[in-house]
Amino acid sequence: MSATAARTPGTPESPRTPSTPDGPGATEPKESARRRRAARPKGARRLDSTALIYLVLVGVVVVSVVLTGIEGRNFFSQGNIWAILTAMSVLGLIAIGQTLVILVGSLDLSVPYVVSLSTLIAAGGMKGLDANVPAAVFNTLVVAAVIGLAMGVLVSVFDVHGFIASLGVGLIVSGYLATNYQGSHGAAAPDLRLMGRSGIASIIPTAFLLLLVAAALVTLVLRYTRLGHHLYAIGGNRDVARMSGVRTALPVISAHVMCSVLVAIAGLLLLSRTGVGSPTIGSQGRYDLLSIAAVVLGGTLLAGGKGSVIGTMGGVAIFAVLDNVMGVMQVNPFLKDFVRGLVIVLAVAVYARRSVVRRPPRFGGTRPVLPGAIAGSTQKGEGA
Amino acid sequence: MSTATSSPTTRPLPLTEGSFLQRVVRGAVTPGGAVFILLAVLFVAVVAVNPSFGEPPQLIRFIGRTAPIVIAAMGQYYVIVSGEFDLSMGAVIATQVVIAGNYIGEDESRVLPAIGLMLLIGVVVGLVNGLGTTLLKVPSFIVTLGTMLALGGLVRFLTGGAATGNPVDTFREIGRGGIQDVPVLEVLPYSVIILVAVAAGSVWLMRSPFGRTLIAAGDNPDAATLAGAHVWWIKTRAFILSSLSATVAGILLVGYAGVHPSVGAGYEFQAITAVVLGGVVLGGGRGWVLSAAAGALALELLFSFLNFQEVESTWRNSVQGLIIILAVAVAARAWSLGRRPSSRPAPPAPPSTPARPGTETGDN
Repeated sequence: MSATAARTPGTPESPRTPSTPDGPGATEPKESARRRRAARPKGARRLDSTALIYLVLVGVVVVSVVLTGIEGRNFFSQGNIWAILTAMSVLGLIAIGQTLVILVGSLDLSVPYVVSLSTLIAAGGMKGLDANVPAAVFNTLVVAAVIGLAMGVLVSVFDVHGFIASLGVGLIVSGYLATNYQGSHGAAAPDLRLMGRSGIASIIPTAFLLLLVAAALVTLVLRYTRLGHHLYAIGGNRDVARMSGVRTALPVISAHVMCSVLVAIAGLLLLSRTGVGSPTIGSQGRYDLLSIAAVVLGGTLLAGGKGSVIGTMGGVAIFAVLDNVMGVMQVNPFLKDFVRGLVIVLAVAVYARRSVVRRPPRFGGTRPVLPGAIAGSTQKGEGA
Repeated sequence: MSTATSSPTTRPLPLTEGSFLQRVVRGAVTPGGAVFILLAVLFVAVVAVNPSFGEPPQLIRFIGRTAPIVIAAMGQYYVIVSGEFDLSMGAVIATQVVIAGNYIGEDESRVLPAIGLMLLIGVVVGLVNGLGTTLLKVPSFIVTLGTMLALGGLVRFLTGGAATGNPVDTFREIGRGGIQDVPVLEVLPYSVIILVAVAAGSVWLMRSPFGRTLIAAGDNPDAATLAGAHVWWIKTRAFILSSLSATVAGILLVGYAGVHPSVGAGYEFQAITAVVLGGVVLGGGRGWVLSAAAGALALELLFSFLNFQEVESTWRNSVQGLIIILAVAVAARAWSLGRRPSSRPAPPAPPSTPARPGTETGDN
């Protein structure tokens, strides 16, 4: 952390998406181009983390195909693909929201309780009748947005660390859930349950399409809107962003609101599958920690300011495929956690060292740039 | 800081000038000191509701009961003050409890080897967490999340998720028993003795070069590195200390809670809550270890208070959430006030004669 962390906040450059290649322009001076080359990682390190995560995903899929084949099943069967994509959709929506929040330098630990709360509100509002769907969905999203708003205000206006703000709000919600709901509550409308089972050609569930739409929308927001660029800038360094004229409160609040709304949509998806609201469905799914793990697995810096939704989707897919193959092999559910933990640490270890922003030095052409200095092993590049 | 640097003469730092009393008063308005006031207020409130709580035997039993979480909070303090997180604490506690249950069994002679084994496992887990964070440069949140999932999953897998084993009573006495027939207290629980020993050790450790370097590393790892500190090893030691604290908490918990893989569940977040309540800043570099311990005690006192008020126990979480948000929101203001240079011009630096305690007014 020591050597590399300093580099990230110290370089409040234009909030580009990390996948943008930084090839040398034709008009560039020779000296600058040389330094640029020197600073560029060599060999396999040249891959950016998004490409790497999808390579890992391909590896996981290959292993899964083999393991599923040993069990005498077909990994690419219709039912299996459907199962994987369905599993992806809930965690995926939550992880997209989490990506937004982490990008801006905050964190959302309230996720599981917001999921549970939204299933309860929606199921309670629908009471099993189609006519109640619009109102129930609207109420659910509004409540979630208010929760997100509270967290955003705490983080941005009251300077409460995102970890504490979301943990605190999550605990408050969990106390409310535990006091007022003892068991399952309400019932989903038939329309919603039908939506949970519908899909295209019985391969792609509607839920997954919803995830794709959300991912595309959030990617567009991050790449092409002022809000998106501000999110990156604030995540990189809040003080520098503020001194550069960015109003920091609004992007932070909108990130939290968007996250909570996405989480509520994920709750609605869960409801469409289970049919009843449940006060424990979120905490049983461990969506808080798993979504953060998926985001980090997808190459987003936990400190904020760098990352992409596309990477996150890769991380979510890895989890879904892993879960699926462990389900097919009938691995003990407790051992699943063990494998998951192992995969998280190993996968992140593979590229955590290199997921720090690499870019050529901008000032001072006199001192030589050590390629190793950027990897963080030597301190010379920092100290000089 | 700023006042000291603006006048190059030998002006002492604000926190070290004035009489002892002045320093205590000034310390009490920092978040780390305010938690002691909160503790006192809560204590008075609990005694007002339930007068028998204030009697020494009751009180010492309460402290004995809360010793595990206080010790865990002090362990978490090392990690947080160095700018990291340790989420694996609960899983470590569960692991140790299950080991105690299954390895010791009814065999009295295995108590000491078992304690050795548990401490060793604690060191190994801490080492994995620390090296993963420092050398592999994985964020500590992720490393400890990984060890939490892995250890927790492994323990549940090995035990089948149910209570197994029952350690011999001599081992459970560590958490449960105490020295009988003590004059005022009636009984002095071993857990209180262990707690005091851990607290004294922690204070000593934080005043040692290690502690100073740890805080420096948490405040600014780059500056600490440039100043010659081996930040990776300092932080790794903080993780080891955290896991060891979890181990001690686990040993104590065996006496109270019995052997079940869910024993330590939620301890990591409760410890973090306690540390934050103690005014220790997430992100590192600020806070006192005894404030973290006081934060844990205050949290437990608060829960007792709610119990006596017959508030439904399901609201506990909400209260905990509200408290930490308030504590941190207030602390964020207080620390930034303390660090901001005062708007009035600094009084002329005193002549080089050292200020006699009690004679100087000081700028508080």
